[in-house]
Amino acid sequence: MVNYTIDHLRELESEAIFVIREIASQFENPALLFSGGKDSIILTHLAKKAFYPAKIPFPLIHIDTGHNFPETIKFRDDLVNELGLNLIVGLVQESIDKGLVKEETGLEASRNFLQITTLLETLEVNKIDGAMGGARRDEEKARAKERFFSHRDEFGQWDPKNQRPELWNLFNGRKNYGEHFRVFPISNWTEMDVWEYIKLENIELPSLYFSHKRDCIVRDNVILAHSNFITVKENEVVQELIVRFRTCGDMPITGAIKSKASTIDDIIQEVATTRTTERGGRADDKRAETAMEDRKKQGYF
Amino acid sequence: MDKNKTELLRFTTAGSVDDGKSTLIGRLLYDSKSIFQDQLDAVERSSKSKGFDYIDLSLLTDGLKSEREQGITIDVAYRYFATPKRKFIIADTPGHIQYTRNMVTGASTANLAIILIDARKGMLEQTHRHSFIASLLGIPHALVCINKMDLVNYDRGVYNKIISDFKAFSSKLDIKDIQYVPISALNGDNVVNRSKNMPWYEGSTLLYHLENVHISSDYNQIDCRFPVQTVIRPHTKEHQDYRGFAGRIDGGIFKVGDKIKTLPSGFTSKIKSIYSHNTELNEAYIPMSVNIILEDEIDISRGDMIVRENNIPNVSQDIELLVTWMNQNPLIERKKVIIKHTTNECVAVVRELKYKININTLHRIENIDSIQLNDIARISLRTSKPLFFDSYKKNRMTGSLILIDEQTNETIGAGMIINK
Repeated sequence: MVNYTIDHLRELESEAIFVIREIASQFENPALLFSGGKDSIILTHLAKKAFYPAKIPFPLIHIDTGHNFPETIKFRDDLVNELGLNLIVGLVQESIDKGLVKEETGLEASRNFLQITTLLETLEVNKIDGAMGGARRDEEKARAKERFFSHRDEFGQWDPKNQRPELWNLFNGRKNYGEHFRVFPISNWTEMDVWEYIKLENIELPSLYFSHKRDCIVRDNVILAHSNFITVKENEVVQELIVRFRTCGDMPITGAIKSKASTIDDIIQEVATTRTTERGGRADDKRAETAMEDRKKQGYF
Repeated sequence: MDKNKTELLRFTTAGSVDDGKSTLIGRLLYDSKSIFQDQLDAVERSSKSKGFDYIDLSLLTDGLKSEREQGITIDVAYRYFATPKRKFIIADTPGHIQYTRNMVTGASTANLAIILIDARKGMLEQTHRHSFIASLLGIPHALVCINKMDLVNYDRGVYNKIISDFKAFSSKLDIKDIQYVPISALNGDNVVNRSKNMPWYEGSTLLYHLENVHISSDYNQIDCRFPVQTVIRPHTKEHQDYRGFAGRIDGGIFKVGDKIKTLPSGFTSKIKSIYSHNTELNEAYIPMSVNIILEDEIDISRGDMIVRENNIPNVSQDIELLVTWMNQNPLIERKKVIIKHTTNECVAVVRELKYKININTLHRIENIDSIQLNDIARISLRTSKPLFFDSYKKNRMTGSLILIDEQTNETIGAGMIINK
């Protein structure tokens, strides 16, 4: 007898494609929030499949803190060219220059929090009413409570205690003028699913994700890439390490791990045996127990 | 399609404080190595700061600040773990009656429900409630876990008594497959590993059930249903005439060459080809997202449905349904609402409130004039245009709908259609 079931990766893929098509149908002005990280790369890949042989019918938005890894920017530009897409870049530097936000000072200054203002402004200026992102529920405890279709008020705020119930595959994207939605098509994927899918579909990734030699400093047990955006403290030394990155945020806050994993198979092996979460190296999450929930309420990714 | 495929199983748990639900989930995540060291460290830190002398695993699942402050699960939390055989999605929901809507939400997509019973307490009101919700939401499999067996000296008599009580009660339910396991979530008996303390139990462990329960025949593979999400027209040189109807299969097996009918137009045609991205398929079934291309040029748009020529769903503007009310403002007769059903959307008016169901006793409460938050009731609707639907029992996708408030745009109700 033929068994009419599909593999779990194909089921997750099908669910994500369904959600992406809902976004394109339910919103007037959707966009894909592209960070250059593996999750948004996968999301772009899924969007390509959702509308093939037509082009992806919405732009990519990148919020550029100015503190990106150069590899990320190059990858972004190549991808946009290949798919023939429109790219909208929101510059945090511009928000700073306009006086909308003030740069943090001190040795551990980061532009992570400032992104919220730039993101919300970029969405508003471009009249985006449905912004999809690659966030996953397994990443962080506040994200475990996210809906696929997540409502934001006219100030871009998330109200976690008053979320719309989400049943079956019926997604309610109705909203009043000025409000918008964040939509998360790969909500149900885990880090392992992402890597297995990258392998299955042979998806290209920035070199950062694979083992390489890099000048690093170690701060609070987190390995950070040495760059112009980071101030080396007196007791810290710059050392060359063999590392790779599990997530891909700003250079000053994204922790690397010591790793010799240089192929997808190596990485899958490593993910299967690792004992810390992928955001475990993210300094932005460590500021408080509810750091993610607090930022999300204000409009973070 | 793929070699060595691992299936996805979605299951739901419901529970109140102290019945061991969090401990059970913690145990499954921990024993399948799905909890990471830094998560465990964080939970340990929080447990200590609250003055507990044990690690409170519920802190893993309760994600929001307000939940951790109150020590309760308010919202549905989704948890993930995998074994080499299957990948699991847990919809972890609160069990108290005031959170009925959250239980219903978690149950809506589940293949299986875990129903926890404290061996010391036996069947409680909440056992009835959780079982009824699982039945109402059409979950095909229930796994009744008699927990805390360690606290009743692993006594076979206690276990048998609870099973016979549950069997008596469940004859009123509509769950096709019910299995029973005696466990101790705290000590791990019969969760992942077989218990040495209960040699009298010859059945499988909880995880074995989860890994092996047969789910492929749970979907309706007879009645072909394809709600159209969007039409793909590339207008490029290579794909000049490409016109793909994009959507996800909600029922049946569509094959190339099948004679089809489109609703509401009633036009007939044949399936010319089926595509998943650039791969041409011979057939497509639940839950695949595909593009269907027809032999003839027919005007089809979002909200329309492609079905097999000789097997069409109900087409009607009069809908009978059971509704779970999810909003603070009560539902009254003649209220106008927006309906979302498959990829279709329309306006509807509430014709009649028939009766409410006491979800602890399953008794009907007649002569009602409103439906309050968390109530489950039978109502009838008149829609502004015909819907194409099956009964919820026949198909959970084409038999479900949500009600949306016209003014606030909130989702205010979940409906399960009971028309024949």
